[in-house]
Amino acid sequence: MKILIALIAGLLFGVGLSLGGMTQPAVVLGFLDIFGHWDPRLAFVMAGAVLTTAIGYRWVLGRRRPWLETSFRLPTATRFDARLIGGAAVFGIGWGIAGYCPGPALASLGAGAPSLLAFVAAMVTGWWLAARLAAAKQ
Amino acid sequence: MNTFALAAAGGVLIGLAAVLLMAALGRIAGISGIAAGLVDGRSRDWGWRFAFVAGLIAAPVLLGWIGGDSGIGSPQVGPPWMVLAGLLVGVGTRVGGGCTSGHGVCGIARLSPRSLIATMVFMLFGIATVFALHHLPGKG
Repeated sequence: MKILIALIAGLLFGVGLSLGGMTQPAVVLGFLDIFGHWDPRLAFVMAGAVLTTAIGYRWVLGRRRPWLETSFRLPTATRFDARLIGGAAVFGIGWGIAGYCPGPALASLGAGAPSLLAFVAAMVTGWWLAARLAAAKQ
Repeated sequence: MNTFALAAAGGVLIGLAAVLLMAALGRIAGISGIAAGLVDGRSRDWGWRFAFVAGLIAAPVLLGWIGGDSGIGSPQVGPPWMVLAGLLVGVGTRVGGGCTSGHGVCGIARLSPRSLIATMVFMLFGIATVFALHHLPGKG
């Protein structure tokens, strides 16, 4: 059941990205290009997603537990540290270079563009590297 | 439907996915967190992570079969840039604890101050990068 729900959530997410134009890096780069031909579509996607999630979370998080698990797993960190700011900055630079963040990159794999495969392989390597570095520090 | 209404509708679907994942599994719908859990060597709950990523990848393909248009666009930069960008996105999202979905959608919906700051930072750096690559004299 957990697998089925996760699959449905992934499908919904992917359809949303595609309809919103987010699987087109030209649209994403157009949003970031506020000094050129600005494309505001990403802002509409974000607004629709944030509003829906905010309303839905109010309902869901008022419950005692999720349907299929014993507790909600919410982030507990509260500090503004160098990791948060530095990580976001590095991510932003990569996002601005190619116009792909993790969701749209994965959702675009079906088209099989070789350079996108290279992007995803590099991204997964980055995740692995960051996990290794974090583990080494502990 | 015009493209802006379609974009907002797409956003609503993304929001519904996030609400469903929280309601059923108690999890934040952060793509980098979910997918990175498949390779971090610590997480053992691969089943739901794998299913979510599989659905994400399958969705545009299914749209293509049904409606003829998957909505998948072409990469805009060459392979060396794609590799560099992928590495930065991977390291940055893991070190920073989230991406456009985890911080930008779920975090802001929870009014998390860290997510608000992270989202402002990656948007600003994304905008600055596009500016530097496309508008500075002598570039593209």
